[in-house]
Amino acid sequence: MLTFLLRRLSESLIVLLAMSLLVFVGVYAIGNPVDLLISPDATAQDIEQVTKSLGLDKPLWSQYFYFLVQVLRGDLGHSFMFGTPAIELLLNKMPATMELATAAMLIACTLGIPLGLIAGLKSQSWIGKTIMTVSIFGFSLPTFWVGLVLIMFFSVQLGWLPSSGRGPTIDLYGISISFLSWEGIKHLFLPALNLALFKLALIIRLTRAGTQEALMQDYVRYARAKGLSESRVIGVHILKNIMIPIITVIGLEFGSVIAFSIVTESIFAWPGMGKLLIDSINNLDRPVIVAYLCLIVVFFVIINLVVDILYALLDPRVRVGGSA
Amino acid sequence: MNARRFYAVIFSILLSVGLSTTHATDLSVGVGADITSMDPHFVNLFPNNGVAEHIYNKLVTLDPDSRLIPDLAESWKTINPTTWEFKLRKGVKFHDGGDFTAADVVFTYDRVGKIPNSPGPFTVYTKAIVSSEIIDNYTIRFKTAAPYPLLPNDLSTIYIVSKKVATNATTEDFNAGKVNIGTGPYKFVEFKRGDRVELIRNDNYWGKKPAWDKVTLRILPNDPTRLAALLSGDVDAIENIPTPDFAKIKANPNLSTFAKTSHRIIFFHLDQLHDQTPFATDKDGKVLEKNPFKNLKVRQAISKAIDRESINSRVMEGLSLPTGNLVPAPMFGHVPGLNPEKYDLDGAKKLLAEAGYPNGFNLTLHAPNNRYVNDDQIAQAVAQMLTRAGITTKVVTMPMGVYLGHASKLEYSMAMLGWGASTGESSSALRPLLATYTPEKGLGGFNWGRYSNTEMDSVLAKAMSTIDDKEREILLQNAATLALKDIGLVTLHHQINTWATRKGVVYTPRTDEYTLAKEFQSK
Repeated sequence: MLTFLLRRLSESLIVLLAMSLLVFVGVYAIGNPVDLLISPDATAQDIEQVTKSLGLDKPLWSQYFYFLVQVLRGDLGHSFMFGTPAIELLLNKMPATMELATAAMLIACTLGIPLGLIAGLKSQSWIGKTIMTVSIFGFSLPTFWVGLVLIMFFSVQLGWLPSSGRGPTIDLYGISISFLSWEGIKHLFLPALNLALFKLALIIRLTRAGTQEALMQDYVRYARAKGLSESRVIGVHILKNIMIPIITVIGLEFGSVIAFSIVTESIFAWPGMGKLLIDSINNLDRPVIVAYLCLIVVFFVIINLVVDILYALLDPRVRVGGSA
Repeated sequence: MNARRFYAVIFSILLSVGLSTTHATDLSVGVGADITSMDPHFVNLFPNNGVAEHIYNKLVTLDPDSRLIPDLAESWKTINPTTWEFKLRKGVKFHDGGDFTAADVVFTYDRVGKIPNSPGPFTVYTKAIVSSEIIDNYTIRFKTAAPYPLLPNDLSTIYIVSKKVATNATTEDFNAGKVNIGTGPYKFVEFKRGDRVELIRNDNYWGKKPAWDKVTLRILPNDPTRLAALLSGDVDAIENIPTPDFAKIKANPNLSTFAKTSHRIIFFHLDQLHDQTPFATDKDGKVLEKNPFKNLKVRQAISKAIDRESINSRVMEGLSLPTGNLVPAPMFGHVPGLNPEKYDLDGAKKLLAEAGYPNGFNLTLHAPNNRYVNDDQIAQAVAQMLTRAGITTKVVTMPMGVYLGHASKLEYSMAMLGWGASTGESSSALRPLLATYTPEKGLGGFNWGRYSNTEMDSVLAKAMSTIDDKEREILLQNAATLALKDIGLVTLHHQINTWATRKGVVYTPRTDEYTLAKEFQSK
């Protein structure tokens, strides 16, 4: 187990290093953020001075080396645009993103797995066919369009839900959360639903495919022959066996929901991290881009780790760390 | 009986909820760009300044037409050509109750130069001041190295903070809301990053009493989202209506729209520096031996080939003002007789033939695609029009972050740029865009075409040392006329700023694009 963890850690360090180097070279190649942000009336000397004060006049390798030294001291740098430490900026926006991602995945799982099971068990009936047909929409309709339709319908036409933004927040152990108040849930519902639709369709299809496959397996036939109740056959024998691919996908999708829910965050003006990334790329705000991607790499590493551990819990044939 | 009481309670709860959510004197506005910092001196960015405008005052400010008017200074004059004296308003109080005096002004201008890590410092507007002298609590003198008529304009960008509160305050302190004390009509309450800024009325405001108890600036950069927020009643007003929706919003009986010509001009630089310009080629793709844009006739042909009225009606849905000027009327330096070039296809073809290009040539037009209203569509339209005149034009657009780096290295032959004369007079466009490139004097920094006209340079230089406003305006008008008749750059149009409100809320639209709570009134 320990060697497994150590190997994972060293692998992710290499990924972090490679990623930060790529971002550095990429942003450097695009241009100088000072050109974008400086007052229009600035003279060439002003620009030179500002470039110098931000350390952007130095050659690329020395900027990167300085960055690495600072990282070892626990400093990912200050955002050019915001003037605050990049990591602080991200942590400030992270609760909003996590809240949205978790709500979306909850909707997707609590609806997706039962619906997928039904569709798998009753694949020939009208209900199974309806579920599958509707799930096609979840796949094929673009997120931004669905988001706008949701806003137009629920906010503009019916006036039931707010059109955008995050509800009032309360501090819980220093983390600002909004889902504990009714107003907060009202704000959360539409963006979470919007974000969940694609994942929902994905989980329905995966569960259905897994269920149909499991139904043909010998152990299901045997369980039925043994006279076990249908609910036990489905709930234990089928569900447990099909969970491995589903959990893998849920894990990966959860990561991507956190990292790249940019479209939904933009449409619903949700103050999360996704929009920050796009803005930072547009403004060449390198410290934020690097910090953001580092954080996302760390997230994916953690999620993959959790997924691996869940495998072992679900499937006795899997042991974390293999033979070690 | 019990049931009746129960319903009565429920009803009164509903009523109180209803009352508290539809408070008549609260204003919620959807703004179109992200706000990055609450420190009014951290970086000179339009959305940040838009918030500071509510909380702070400046010595001098701009009226809705972008003309200079007194703010915290009651009057100003020159004692001698290099000394300015500002008389400050008496009896002005900061939000914490402290008195506003000359010491706060000196402290503020000093603080501007001490902000660390600013990518766009305000020092550009304070550097003309060599030394300042406090005569008494309400009189202050500034010395400049040379006669500098633009000092009041420059100082119209600097927000005055309280010396008592902001001494040693960092940008972090402002972002945390600890030291946001100004003299403005609204007091700071809360800043939620990427979400909103909340303000409340300053009951002791020295100027016109603020009309709203509570003001919320909602950050809604996505166009459809901002519009949906207005349509669903989540906000009372929005800025920057997307051009395709303007007609629909205008026709909606529940909404009102407001529009005003912006100080921002959209134009094209033509490379007049290189002997061969990289993107002007013959029909086989070989770079032309001579740079065609050095020939005035070619520049005139390009200007004549652009149908500005069609761009106004088709691309901009009427939300542009075709122009031959650098600043709109009635801004300082506007030249009344300088009209937009008339669309004249035959004239353009004739000029091209006279210049030695009877069959035209090939060209690539470069433009940003995320900065100005409909920037990429404008570029497409202009390319079509040039192609019609014989200059077969391709379009390449890219995000501003990428574009600016290449364009400022003079890599393009024809490049789009937008410019807002943010200090309210035409030299703030003339100096960077058309003056001969002289970095040591701070001239021509954005003159990507490297247009150079010594006569214009000397008129502009004379204007820049003329304190008298009337004389200086005439000189600036002459300088603009010289450069624009010579097609130093190809002017296209001024953008038109738009606002929409729910019925019953009225806005006084502004040339400088700001969305200010003080300009909203309820009918």
